[in-house]
Amino acid sequence: MTTSTRGAHRTPAVLVLEDGRTFRGRAYGAVGATFGEAVFSTGMTGYQETLTDPSYHRQVVVMTAPHVGNTGINDEDMESKKIWVSGYVVRDPARVPSNWRSTRSLDEELAAQGVVGISGIDTRALTRHLRERGAMRVGIFSGNALPDEGTMLAEVRQAPEMSGADLSAEVATTEAYVVPAIGEKKFTVAAVDLGIKGMTPHRMAERGIEVHVLPATAGVEDVYAVNPDGVFFSNGPGDPATADHPVALMRAVLERGTPLFGICFGNQILGRALGFGTFKLKYGHRGINQPVQDRTTGKVEVTAHNHGFAVDAPLDRVSDTPFGRAEVSHVCLNDNVVEGLQLLDRPAFSVQYHPEAAAGPHDAAYLFDRFVNLMEGQRA
Amino acid sequence: MPKRTDIQSVLVIGSGPIVIGQAAEFDYSGTQACRVLKAEGLSVVLVNSNPATIMTDPEIADATYVEPITPEFVEKIIAKERPDALLPTLGGQTALNTAISLHGNGVLEKYGVELIGANVEAINKGEDRDLFKEVVEEVRKKTGHGESARSYICHSMDDVMKGVEELGGYPVVVRPSFTMGGAGSGFAHDEEELRRIAGQGLTLSPTTEVLLEESILGWKEYELELMRDKNDNVVVVCSIENFDPMGVHTGDSITVAPAMTLTDREYQVLRDVGIAIIREVGVDTGGCNIQFAVNPEDGRVIVIEMNPRVSRSSALASKATGFPIAKIAAKLAVGYTLDEIPNDITQETPASFEPTLDYVVVKAPRFAFEKFPSADSTLTTTMKSVGEAMAIGRNFTEAFQKALRSLERKGSQFTFVGEPGDKDALLREAVRPTDGRINAVMQAIRAGATPQEVFDATKIDPWFVDQLFLIKEIADEIAGARELTSDLLTEAKRHGFSDQQIAEISGLGEDVVRQVRHALGVRPVYKTVDTCAAEFAARTPYFYSSYDEENEVAPREKPAVIILGSGPNRIGQGIEFDYSCVHASFALSDAGYETVMVNCNPETVSTDYDTSDRLYFEPLTLEDVLEIVHAEQQAGPVAGVVVQLGGQTPLGLSQALKDNGVPIVGTSPEAIHAAEDRGAFGRVLAEAGLPAPKHGTATTFGEAKAIADEIGYPVLVRPSYVLGGRGMEIVYDETRLEAYIAESTEISPSRPVLVDRFLDDAIEIDVDALYDGEELYLGGVMEHIEEAGIHSGDSACALPPITLGGFDIKRLRTSTEGIAKGVGVRGLINIQFALAGDILYVLEANPRASRTVPFTSKATAVPLAKAAARISLGATIAELRAEGLLPANGDGGTLPLDAPISVKEAVMPWSRFRDIHGRGVDTVLGPEMRSTGEVMGIDSVFGTAYAKSQAGAYGPLPTKGRAFISVANRDKRSMIFPARELVAHGFELLATSGTAEVLKRNGINATVVRKQSEGTGPNGEKTIVQLIHDGEVDLIVNTPYGTGGRLDGYDIRTAAVARSVPCLTTVQALAAAVQGIDALTHGDVGVRSLQEHAEFLTAARD
Repeated sequence: MTTSTRGAHRTPAVLVLEDGRTFRGRAYGAVGATFGEAVFSTGMTGYQETLTDPSYHRQVVVMTAPHVGNTGINDEDMESKKIWVSGYVVRDPARVPSNWRSTRSLDEELAAQGVVGISGIDTRALTRHLRERGAMRVGIFSGNALPDEGTMLAEVRQAPEMSGADLSAEVATTEAYVVPAIGEKKFTVAAVDLGIKGMTPHRMAERGIEVHVLPATAGVEDVYAVNPDGVFFSNGPGDPATADHPVALMRAVLERGTPLFGICFGNQILGRALGFGTFKLKYGHRGINQPVQDRTTGKVEVTAHNHGFAVDAPLDRVSDTPFGRAEVSHVCLNDNVVEGLQLLDRPAFSVQYHPEAAAGPHDAAYLFDRFVNLMEGQRA
Repeated sequence: MPKRTDIQSVLVIGSGPIVIGQAAEFDYSGTQACRVLKAEGLSVVLVNSNPATIMTDPEIADATYVEPITPEFVEKIIAKERPDALLPTLGGQTALNTAISLHGNGVLEKYGVELIGANVEAINKGEDRDLFKEVVEEVRKKTGHGESARSYICHSMDDVMKGVEELGGYPVVVRPSFTMGGAGSGFAHDEEELRRIAGQGLTLSPTTEVLLEESILGWKEYELELMRDKNDNVVVVCSIENFDPMGVHTGDSITVAPAMTLTDREYQVLRDVGIAIIREVGVDTGGCNIQFAVNPEDGRVIVIEMNPRVSRSSALASKATGFPIAKIAAKLAVGYTLDEIPNDITQETPASFEPTLDYVVVKAPRFAFEKFPSADSTLTTTMKSVGEAMAIGRNFTEAFQKALRSLERKGSQFTFVGEPGDKDALLREAVRPTDGRINAVMQAIRAGATPQEVFDATKIDPWFVDQLFLIKEIADEIAGARELTSDLLTEAKRHGFSDQQIAEISGLGEDVVRQVRHALGVRPVYKTVDTCAAEFAARTPYFYSSYDEENEVAPREKPAVIILGSGPNRIGQGIEFDYSCVHASFALSDAGYETVMVNCNPETVSTDYDTSDRLYFEPLTLEDVLEIVHAEQQAGPVAGVVVQLGGQTPLGLSQALKDNGVPIVGTSPEAIHAAEDRGAFGRVLAEAGLPAPKHGTATTFGEAKAIADEIGYPVLVRPSYVLGGRGMEIVYDETRLEAYIAESTEISPSRPVLVDRFLDDAIEIDVDALYDGEELYLGGVMEHIEEAGIHSGDSACALPPITLGGFDIKRLRTSTEGIAKGVGVRGLINIQFALAGDILYVLEANPRASRTVPFTSKATAVPLAKAAARISLGATIAELRAEGLLPANGDGGTLPLDAPISVKEAVMPWSRFRDIHGRGVDTVLGPEMRSTGEVMGIDSVFGTAYAKSQAGAYGPLPTKGRAFISVANRDKRSMIFPARELVAHGFELLATSGTAEVLKRNGINATVVRKQSEGTGPNGEKTIVQLIHDGEVDLIVNTPYGTGGRLDGYDIRTAAVARSVPCLTTVQALAAAVQGIDALTHGDVGVRSLQEHAEFLTAARD
C-alpha cells in the first residue's frame, strides 16, 4: 500500500462554460485542453461504467458525488474498450484506490487514455448552474501556461454543439462480432450497435441469446443474414434527429414483424420510426436513482438513466402509427418524460433508460425477459 | 391507490425511557409518524412512558398515555380507546416486543386491533435468528448472493459447548435473540469467556436463545436502509459504511454515508440482496435496516441481521439524506404507495426514488466510560455509547473532523502538537477498539506508522487510512508554513480543520486565526441537503457548512432567532434539552419569528427539517456558531441567539458569543456567571438572606482538609463547572479525601474543587421557575424520593411534593424569587434545595432550562420551555397569562389538592457495562449522575404513580413472593415499618443475620440467608447471590454500607441486574415501593390520558 504525496496534482486547471461562468481547480487525469457538452451525473457508484459508456462520447461529465476513484479501475467493469467522456469533473479524487479487484488508479487510467479532467471545484455550484441554464458547451484547460479567459471562452464557443450531432458511427463497432449465449442457446438476436454497452449483450447472453452485434451502418440484409429471432437497437450518443439510417432500418424490421427491443437511443429511434418527434431535455437525466413507472403494471422501478434527448409522445392516449397502435409504456415520475414505448399490434418495445444497469440498479432487468417472451411468442 | 378508509384510529407505541441502544431517535420517528397520521385525519392514541419526548406533547396525539409500556398497561389503553390499528414499528424493540406479546396473548384479536406496518410473521422472520437464516438462504437461491455467517443456535449451555466444536473453535460471536441494541452479545476467545457471555445471553433473551457464529472480525461493515410499499415497490434510502470494521457495534462505530469503498457491482449485490430480504421477510409496508459484512479479500457478502422497523440507523439515514423514513413509513402503513407521496424537499418529485448525496456524512459515537470507571472500555458487539454526533461536509475529511469536534469532548479533535509517543506502542493500542482509538491511530501516523501498519493493526479500509494521512499531511503543511495564507487556510478548512486546531498547530490564539481567516475572506458557504444532488431545486432550508464556492442561504425579511441545541446526548445532557429547544422553536415561530436551529445530534426532533424554519446541521463550537450567525446576519435581521435551553453546551458559549458581538437573548452571560461562580452566587444568596450548606473551595489537599475539618464530615466534593455531577463524591473521612484530591487530575487555581457540607438525611427539592424581571412563575416543585446526596438526575421525584406543606412551598417561592432576581434571570431557572431539620438550604441554581422541564411541563400541563423562549424575547409572564400560554391564575406551586401526582424515575444503564473481568458494575446511586433516561408515572395517588414509574422503568413491582432485605446500620430503623408492610402484603422476608435480628426484635419474622462471603452451607444452603441467580428472589432491598463492607452488596446488586430483579438501594425507595405495592394490590390500576389529566387540572384551576 502506498500513499501518494501531496503536491502532485497541483497543476492549475480552469473550466469555462459557454455562458462565461468559470471555475478554477486543479488538473486531473491528462493535462491539456478538451471540449464537449457539460452534463452532470448523479450516481454515487459506477464511475468506471460511466466513463466507458459510449453514450458519453463528446460529453464532459460532472460527477455530483464528491469522492471519485475510491475503488480504482479493474478489468471487469468496463462497458467498452475505452473511456469515452471528453472531459471529467470531480471534486475530491481518490489518492489511493482500495478494492480487491482494483488493478490501477482512476487517475492513471485517465492520464493513460488522455482524458483531460479537473478536480477541486464546486461541483454542486456547477450542477446547479447547469440545472438552471441547461446543458451547454464547456472547455477544460489545464497546465502551467493557460490562455487568458477570453481566449478560452472563444474556444469553447467554437466547439460543436450536441444538437444535430450524428455520433453513432464514431463509437460503434466497425466489424460485426458475436457474443455467445451462456448455457444453452435459445435465440439469435441481431443487435445494432449505436454505441452499445458491454453489459447489454451480456444480459441477453445470460438468457440463452446469441447476440450478433452489428455496426451502426448495417443494412436490412445484414440484420436478416444472421437469421434473427429478434432485433435490438442499442444506446448511443448524439441527436436522434440525425439518425436517419437506423430509423429506416428499424422501419424495415417493424414491417417484417420481427420482435424488436430498443434501449435509450434505440427508444428514440423507435419513436421516430413511429412518427413521433424527439427533443432535447434542458439538462437530461443522468443517474442511477430515477423512478420510472411501468404503466402496464403500475409498479415503480429505480433505474439507470443517461439521456439528453427524449421522445415526444402523448401520455394520455394510445396513438395510431404506421405500425399500428402504440402507447407510452413507461414514464419518469420526476418529470413525466416518456421512458418507454410499445406497439400493441406488433412485437416491438423500447425503453429510454438502461435495464442492463451498468452502473445502476437491476430493477428493470425484467425487460430482457419481456424481449425473450416476445421472441417465444413469435415462435409459437 | 390512496389511503385506506377502514382505519379511523391508530395506536402508536413509543420506545419508553432513553437507554443505551434505544434513544431519542425514536422520539424523532414517533413524532413524525404521529403528526402524519393526525394530518391524515386519523385519531392517534399514543403510549410512551417517557415524558421528555416531543411525541408525548398533548398536541401531537389525540390521546396521549404516559403509562408503562407493558402488555398489561397497553391492554388497558386498548380496552379504553378501542383503536382500529396498532403501528408497532416506530418505537424500537420495546414497541415491537410489546406488540408481539399483545398478539401472542390474544389481546389484539379480542379487541379487533389490526397490526399495521409489519405483520407478526415478518417480525418473527426478521428477528428470530433461525428463521432469518432460512430467509437468507432463500435469498441466496434467488439472487446468487448473500449468506449467513456459519452459526449454531443454542438453548442451553450444553448446546453452546457443542456449538463451538461445530464451528471449529474460538473465537466465536455470541448473540442473544430478541434483545435490543445487541444487549448481551460479545466475542468469546475461550471457554471461560464463552460461558460467561452465553450464560448471560441465555438469561437476557426472552426466548432463552443465543446464537454462536463464526468470527468475521475485521471485515468491512455496511448497512442499507430500505422502504417497501404495499405494491411491492422498494427503494434503498441510504447506504452506510462503518469506518470501524466488523467487531464493533454499529452504534459504537464511526459511520459514513454514503458507502465510500464499493464499486457499483458490489453495491448492487448488496442492494439486490437487501431488496430480496425485505420481500422474503414480508415487511408489507415501511422501513427496514439490513447489515452486511463484506470480506475485503474477495467480496464475500454475509448478511448479519435485519430490523423490520425504524431504527437508530434509519433516523441517521433520514438526517443524512433528507428522506424522512418514519414519516414515509407512517404514510405507507395507512395505505399510500411510494409514488403517491411527494418528496418534501423538492415537492415536485415523488418519494419512490433513491436519494443521492453530493456530500459526505459522518457519525461519531459519544461514550460515557468516565461515569463507569470500573467498566471495560473495549468496544464490542454490545452497544455502549450514549449518544452520537453527525456532521456533513463536501468531502470525508471535512465531515469527519466536524463530527469529531461535534462530540464536544476534550481530546475528541485530532491534535498535532507534542510528542506523539512510541509508534509500536500506539499501533498496539490501536488494535483494541475503544473510545478514542482514532486518536491513537492519528498519533501512530504522526509517529511514523505506514498505511500498511495502520491497516494491519486496525483493518480500517485503506481508503479511510489514506484520508487520515491526508489530514496529517495538511497539519504538517500548517506547521511548516511561515504564515497563514489564503490558500493554506482554504485547504485546511476544506479538510475540516477548526480554527482551534490551526491555532494549536501554528502556535497562535484561536481568535487570531479567526481574524486572519476573516481578513483573508476565507469563510464557509452553506449548502443544502436536498436528496437529489442538486438535480432539482430544494424547497427546504436544511444546511451544512463547507469551504466551497457558492452559498445557498436565501435572504429573508422576518427577524430570525437562532436556537442553539444541546449536541450529542450524554449522561446529564439528553433529550430533555432537545425538548426545550424544539418548544422554543415552535413558540417563537408562532410569535412571528423565523426560527433557526443549530444542532449536530441526528437522533433528535430538533434536527428534523420540519421543526424550525431553517436547520443548520453543524457542530456547536464557538467557531461554527459564529459563522452561522454571520451567514444569517447576511441573510436578514437576527433578533438574537437563545442559549439557555440546550443545556451546558450553548450556555458555555454564551459569554464568548457576546464578546464577539452576538446578541444573546434571555438570561445574560453575566447572570449565568452569577449563578455558576461560587463567590458570585454566594453574594446573591447572602443578599437574599438564604442559607447554603457550609462550603469552601480548595486547590490542594491541605486546603480541602482544612475546610472539611471546619465544616465536618461527610463532605460533598466536586470539580467546579460540571454537569451531571461529574466527579462528584460524598467523602466520609480524611483518607478518602486525600485520595480524591490525588485522583482529580484537573484541579488548578482556575478550576478548584468545591467542598460542601453534606446534608445527611435531608429532603432534596427541585424547583423549575420562570422569571421575567418582575414576576415569578413557579413551574413546579419536585420532592425527591431519595435523600440528598444522590444526584437529582438519578433520583426519583414526585410532583406535587408529597410531604411538603403550604409553608414549605411559600418558603421555596420566596427563595426562588430572591435568587432569580438576584441572578438576573430572564426565562427559566432551576434551583435545588435541601430541607434538613427545618432549614431550607440552597444547593445550586442553574439559570437555564433543566432536565426536569419536560416532566414539570407534562405534570402541570403548562409549556414552560415555550414560555421561557417568549420571555427571552421580551414577553412578560402577565402577557403570557393573558395570551393563554400560561394559566390565567396560579402556578405550579398552587396546584389543587386533588391534582394528579406525577412520579419521575431514572433509568440506569448498569446491564450494559462489565469490568475487564466480565463482572457487572456496581449499581449504587451516588452524587454523580449515571442514568440515561427517565419515565413518568401519573395517577391520582402517590402509590399508584410510583408503581407505574417502576413498571415503566424496570418492570412491574412484585405484589407477592420473596423479598430480601439487607441494609446498612443507619437505615435499620427506617426499614422496620416498610418491612412490616411487606409481610402484611404476604411477602416472605429473607435477610442476612444482622438485619434478621433487628426485624425479629421488632416482631417481624425473616428467614436468615447466607451471605456470599459465607459460601454455600453444609447442607447445600444457597447464598443470597445464588438464590438471586436461581430466580428465587422477587424483590431486593440493599442499601450500601457507607464506605466499608460494600463487596457483599456489590455481588447482590449485580446479580439483581443480571436477573432483572427489582433492587432498591435506599430505604426511601423501599417506603415508596411499599406504597406502590399497596396500590397495586388494592383494586385495579387505571389509565388516563394526559389530555384527560389536563382537562381535570384546568377545570380545577378555574
